[in-house]
Amino acid sequence: MTALTETNGATMVVERGNGSMPRYQIAIFLALLALSLAAPFFLYPVFLMKVMCFALFACALNLLLGFGGLLSFGHAAFFGSAAYVSAHAAKVWGLTPEVAIILGTLAAVVLGFVIGLLAIRRQGIYFAMVTLAFAQMVYFAALQAPFTGGEDGIQNVPRGDLFGAISMSSDLSLYFVVLVITFGGLLAIYRIIHSPFGQVLKAIRENEPRAISLGYRVNSYKLAVFILSAGFAGLAGATKAIVFQLASLTDVYWSMSGEVVLMVLLGGMGTVFGPLVGAAVIVTMQNYLASFGAWVTIIQGCIFVVSVMLFREGIVGVIAKLIRRPL
Amino acid sequence: MKKTGFLIASLAATLFASTAFADVAVKLGVLNDRSGVYSDLAGEGSVVAAQMAVEDYKAADKGITVEIISADHQNKPDIASNIARQWYDQDGVDVILDVPTSSAALAVAEITREKNKVFMNSGGGTSDLTGKACSPNTIHWTYDSWQLAHGTASAIVANGGKSWFFVTADYAFGQAMERDASEVVKEGGGEVLGSVRHPFPGTDFSSYLLQAQSSGAQVVAFANAGGDTVNSVKQASEFGLAQSGQQLAGLLVFVNDVHSLGLQTAQGLMLTESFYWDLNDETRAWSARFEEKMKKKPSMVQAGVYASVLHYLKAVEALGDKDPTKVLAKMKEMPTDDILFGKGMIRADGRKIHQSYLFKVKKPEESKGEWDLYDLVSTIPAEQSFRPLDQGGCSLVK
Repeated sequence: MTALTETNGATMVVERGNGSMPRYQIAIFLALLALSLAAPFFLYPVFLMKVMCFALFACALNLLLGFGGLLSFGHAAFFGSAAYVSAHAAKVWGLTPEVAIILGTLAAVVLGFVIGLLAIRRQGIYFAMVTLAFAQMVYFAALQAPFTGGEDGIQNVPRGDLFGAISMSSDLSLYFVVLVITFGGLLAIYRIIHSPFGQVLKAIRENEPRAISLGYRVNSYKLAVFILSAGFAGLAGATKAIVFQLASLTDVYWSMSGEVVLMVLLGGMGTVFGPLVGAAVIVTMQNYLASFGAWVTIIQGCIFVVSVMLFREGIVGVIAKLIRRPL
Repeated sequence: MKKTGFLIASLAATLFASTAFADVAVKLGVLNDRSGVYSDLAGEGSVVAAQMAVEDYKAADKGITVEIISADHQNKPDIASNIARQWYDQDGVDVILDVPTSSAALAVAEITREKNKVFMNSGGGTSDLTGKACSPNTIHWTYDSWQLAHGTASAIVANGGKSWFFVTADYAFGQAMERDASEVVKEGGGEVLGSVRHPFPGTDFSSYLLQAQSSGAQVVAFANAGGDTVNSVKQASEFGLAQSGQQLAGLLVFVNDVHSLGLQTAQGLMLTESFYWDLNDETRAWSARFEEKMKKKPSMVQAGVYASVLHYLKAVEALGDKDPTKVLAKMKEMPTDDILFGKGMIRADGRKIHQSYLFKVKKPEESKGEWDLYDLVSTIPAEQSFRPLDQGGCSLVK
């Protein structure tokens, strides 16, 4: 079954229905998988893990922004609080990494429920401001709460043994764990987007009054996608805390929320693969231009301006337009 | 049989003899803030200081090839740990130097321990580096928060400043400094009239300063750092705290902060440092060379980078080897001696011990030059400068 939707004035053909992936998308997923299986033998695994964590984070935001049409400017709250919870669980409670990551994700889900419940009552810029305000509250809580270590963050988090048995002290073994988490998250998000639930979300994004008039409980859908997005952001944050053995204020700071919005916009909002590309580009820049220090943010800003002026749909969005297929 | 034994012995002898002058290539990484609030105090100046140490030591003549690289950690622990990991894993860095910002320093210390390398901190302040977060791989060279808070507080109390009021940055580091300093004040027979916590980072300190002013305390102490200190001292001058007879004390102030504040604003402020360019002929000569390259006087952090690199190179030369475990043991075993910090030593917990100095910021009319900022009030002997070995809670101390 195919359906026509209007996005940014361009007509796109959207594949839909019985859950099967179009063949070219299966090919892209397989290519990605092959690439990421081979990559750690050529590139620095820790760097790749960072890319994957942020890719998952960007995908989570994209679920909300690209498909729910809700611009959250406070996603660092979920990313960061999950990082703190999983770091605390692994370090102080001595739990195994997978349990710590699950706990972190759950914390983000709960936080997402509370913040989402209040934030979805407003729309547009007010929605963004409410999420930003809550994120700042979380930031100050992280700065003050006794268990977060204030300025120092939670450091020296043990990577531990997966399921209490497999040691993750080597970068390579940890890499494959992160790969499984990221790929799992990505596939789950893909599935959500292409489910009937995802279709309703897109309908709400395109025309909310009409969705209401068709009898959908719009607010329940919005809340659900907000919680899902918070959960995936939390999964990314919790994983990052285990990978870098560190949960710090950077993770909950507002600039983190801005950075992930940038990744999504640069890669292509509302595309499946866009956030991956955006995250890879931004993290690579941060990593390899680190010696330029604060210039990195200026370069990022320039790239953002160029992308808004020249290819507003983002890198993957432009490619999708060229090949006339949704990516 | 005897002959072979002799051969082996002589071979071993030549081997050992040659290692004393052998080619050792070491790679030093200066990891600090190169663009933000601490770039003046550390930044490129620390790289220059490290290069000066290598030149002054004539490392190349002694068979030690030194390569120095640098990066900007933007005062963020996650960026710092990322770079440190990459340097150790991929770029073959042996030593990481400087690392201001306590959170970043703690992160680098943990990674250095994990990878068994050498971390010589000069810019970081937290005394936890040689306390509960101590590591056999960390050497904390220049200063720490305990030293500065104690140095300043005990000297002022001894000079008759008995009633105190604290303006504290409301996070762990600020609170720890306030706690340390209050203890000293109480031990010295003084009293703490009150304290106020300002959000971190803060911009408007007026309400806190008014409270400090109306408390009637003789001493108003700032338990904050960086931009917060600069702003609060500036605003204290606008409210006329010093002019109305209150003594201002900075618990964490550097020479660059005073320089950028200007004497008009900062006059009368009391503070502790481990190094000042105008201490003696040798520090003046070294600082003049530094100024030629950097167009400004060195901070104690940059001086610390210089001295620590020198000491590291001495240990490497003595061993003819750069194995971190051996070098660290050697560095702790050898007494330290350099023109900037004088004679000293490195304790088992990694704390470098040397004298510190209590300064008072000059009045504008007393100053003879742009960098003539301090009057030396007193010298705190090495054994009293730092937290006693048994009080830090370091697991390396038995």
